[in-house]
Amino acid sequence: MKTAVVVFPGSNCENDMVYALGLLGADAELVWHRETDLTEFDGVVLPGGFAHGDYLRTGAIARFSPVMAEVGRMATEGKPVLGICNGFQILCEAGLLPGALVANRDLRFICRPVHVRVEQTNSVLTRAATPGQVLAIPLNSYEGNFTAPPDVLADIDAGNAAVLRYCDADGVVDETTNPNGSAHSIAGLTNAAGNVAGLMPHPERAVEDILGSSDGRVLLESYIATLAAEVPA
Amino acid sequence: MTDPVPAHIQLGMTDDEYQAVIDLLEREPRPAELAMYSVMWSEHCSYKSSRAWLGRFPTEAPWVVVGPGENAGVVDLGDDWLAALRIESHNHPSFVEPYQGAATGVGGILRDIFTMGARPVAVWDPIRFGSLTDPHNRYLLAGVVSGIAGYGNAVGVPTLGGEVEFADPYAKNPLVNVMALGLLKRDQLVLSAASGVGNVAVLLGATTGRDGIGGASILASASFDAESGAKRPSVQIGDPFEEKKLIEACLELYEKGLVVGIQDLGAAGISCATSECAANGGMGMDVDLDDVHLREHDMNAGEILMSESQERMLAIVTPEDVDEVLALAEKWEINASTIGTVTAGGALIVSQDGDVVAEVPAASLSDDAPLYHRAAERPTWLDATWADSAELPAALDVGDALLRMLDDPALGDRSWIYEQYDHQLFLNTVIEPGNDGSLMRIKGTSKGLAVSTDGNGRLCYLDPRRGGARLVYESALNVAVTGARPYAVVDNLNFGNPEKPEVMWQFLETVEGMSEACEALGVPVIGGNVSFYNETDGVDIYPTPVVGMLGFCDPIPTDPPRLDQAADKMVLWIIGPENLTDFAASAYDRVILDHLGGRPTDVDHEIGPQVVAAAADMAHAGAPVLHDVSAGGVAVAVAEICIASRIGVELHDGDWHGWLSEAPHRFLAVLPAGESPDVGDLPAREIGIMGGTQIAFGRHGSALLDIATRTWRDAIPRRMT
Repeated sequence: MKTAVVVFPGSNCENDMVYALGLLGADAELVWHRETDLTEFDGVVLPGGFAHGDYLRTGAIARFSPVMAEVGRMATEGKPVLGICNGFQILCEAGLLPGALVANRDLRFICRPVHVRVEQTNSVLTRAATPGQVLAIPLNSYEGNFTAPPDVLADIDAGNAAVLRYCDADGVVDETTNPNGSAHSIAGLTNAAGNVAGLMPHPERAVEDILGSSDGRVLLESYIATLAAEVPA
Repeated sequence: MTDPVPAHIQLGMTDDEYQAVIDLLEREPRPAELAMYSVMWSEHCSYKSSRAWLGRFPTEAPWVVVGPGENAGVVDLGDDWLAALRIESHNHPSFVEPYQGAATGVGGILRDIFTMGARPVAVWDPIRFGSLTDPHNRYLLAGVVSGIAGYGNAVGVPTLGGEVEFADPYAKNPLVNVMALGLLKRDQLVLSAASGVGNVAVLLGATTGRDGIGGASILASASFDAESGAKRPSVQIGDPFEEKKLIEACLELYEKGLVVGIQDLGAAGISCATSECAANGGMGMDVDLDDVHLREHDMNAGEILMSESQERMLAIVTPEDVDEVLALAEKWEINASTIGTVTAGGALIVSQDGDVVAEVPAASLSDDAPLYHRAAERPTWLDATWADSAELPAALDVGDALLRMLDDPALGDRSWIYEQYDHQLFLNTVIEPGNDGSLMRIKGTSKGLAVSTDGNGRLCYLDPRRGGARLVYESALNVAVTGARPYAVVDNLNFGNPEKPEVMWQFLETVEGMSEACEALGVPVIGGNVSFYNETDGVDIYPTPVVGMLGFCDPIPTDPPRLDQAADKMVLWIIGPENLTDFAASAYDRVILDHLGGRPTDVDHEIGPQVVAAAADMAHAGAPVLHDVSAGGVAVAVAEICIASRIGVELHDGDWHGWLSEAPHRFLAVLPAGESPDVGDLPAREIGIMGGTQIAFGRHGSALLDIATRTWRDAIPRRMT
């Protein structure tokens, strides 16, 4: 089993992603955004960064990169698809996840560790985690404020599609523990099938104690476990 | 009717300098030639007022691979690893247009790093403004920080720290310095020399436009006045996305061995890059401006040559490799065009539309630049200022003074600034901004690099020689408390108008003080930048040298000291000579007394290096907390430990002066009960026990930890919202 990590012009977390996945035993390979055939891969990660400069709107140009047709195919086929930060923005822009990410409530870039609470464990991102588990993971974004129309938010809640919510160290979710104004404190989201997921915090930045936290491991381990799992046809 | 202002005056050249060009060329310069000389001979490019003195800095050590003079200094870290370091200023552009000024400062310094073959891995930003009580200064701070964040985050290079100061002389002349670090393997090192007749000059990256024309000569090399707003078109506009692609493309060019030499286009644009490449290789170059990809039509030769459009590089490649270079540029979606050919004979010949528009000796643009030995004179006011030392009260509520200092934006929590910067990318950041020095690992090795940037304008105003020396020691101690040893220095010398003798005197004193301290510590200066003319409406800034210290350790401490590792019943120690009287330029003098005077204590070149070595040793021996004592003295240093560790402290009763004096060569250690610092003959005293909910100064008052924490956290946010 092997996962692709897509490199758009302007991506910058791709090497960190390959490093972290490698540390956890996965075989990860960089793939340029003009690639049109990902059939040799069992899953695909869209890493953080500023694809195409984030010009126009985050993800707005990246969704038209040639590789995105293959990302869409893999999502439909039930293969694991994971978007982190800019990758999450691109998945939303491509319609593979609902909603959108807009500028943070305080209109400032935020780079600091935040706490997130695991809301459900039926996704490519949370399979190996425990419900209610609180993780300390760095956030690093300007457009990290999740938003969606009321009916879409209702669907997300009804379908239990929010996999991570911002919280405090004790797992309390409220407006004071919401760093960027995200609707319903949503930090991570999955699709109905659970094979496509996106999140704003960076789990690959929390895989070693020397960097301050290893809490991101369980999320990446979930992804890696899904790569190896039998995929329903 | 008055005579029109001559062209050379408009371009910032003196009559004598213009005459020197005529003597050199043995004729009147053509317009494009005049444009080139005006920029290349500007203060910013030629260091004409400082060059004669910079040789004072010690620059040699066995581990120095590239010293001052190249795009960046380079040191050897062992096992074929090299580190490249460079510091620059973008002061005037940031005052005129804070976002773009700061952003392009980041972009420019990164190009200096990857020009050497290194991948830029971290940036630091020392910044200085006027008081935040003035809305314009708040606008400048917010703009500069978001410019650094906007560019640095998007280009994909983490910002690992910096420093911030506020003082009135910076109100109309903020200082925006930027330092960058790169890593490379030895065989990737590239220099900016064009060799090989017939080799081709390829211009890579952004199109050339009218932005930034005269940035170096008009903005960076002249004083400011009320008309300065009209200089806004001289500020360049940054495009981090273009730069990101350019970095990746250039690194791949080096990896594939496709470049003979390379030079970034910064100040003076194509003039500087072509002439430096040719001169460094002892060659000439034929350049055809018709092949330059332009942003707008009908630019004249002078404009194309002087344009400071960002995100451009000039690569020298062999004719056989040109196609592969162009193909690689196509892959990374950047422009590339062949604009010149390396020639023998040393002439730089520039043509446009089939006509020669410039023909000059390439080396003359740098080598024949004016060199001034400007007059230097000790300021007449200095003795009176030294005599005017702080009037200290007999008794003091130190708890109350501490809270007032923690509320100061330069002493309070700086996370409002550094949390806007990506400081974690590349997974190397072990100790984050907000500590003494930031500590990085080099993934895949046992090596660590610690970096600190330190300046103190008020200290250097009172005594530039002592101040310069103290900054070097402070920076060294800041990296030492993380476990690294001082390894190399770069400096950014921000000064006022060098045509004033007292400014020149401040400059010379600073260079001397810094040099002495570097010699005592055995640390080489591998590069630097001089920024003169930081003067607005006739008022000069404080003399503000900024030291960028690179520390190195191998191995990196397994569990380096951190401010948040103090725990109940641990014991607080101070290591270093006691001094109860050093209040000159102290935070107490500034925040509580609103005063500036007295003479700062001198450094001790015997004790200073020993204290630095002792701190590094203790870091490797597993001390939970080590912390440099600087602005705000022991009181603020202790409070920072308490706030980070969320625990109070009971200090042993003593003379209150000892908690607020800012004498050099001291650091705090928090050790488990029963352990004492192993520092040989150096003075070490137990000064308190960790625990409780307050920061208590014996009979001299106390502050509740809760209130101290909130006050400290709000110091910048409450002023910015």
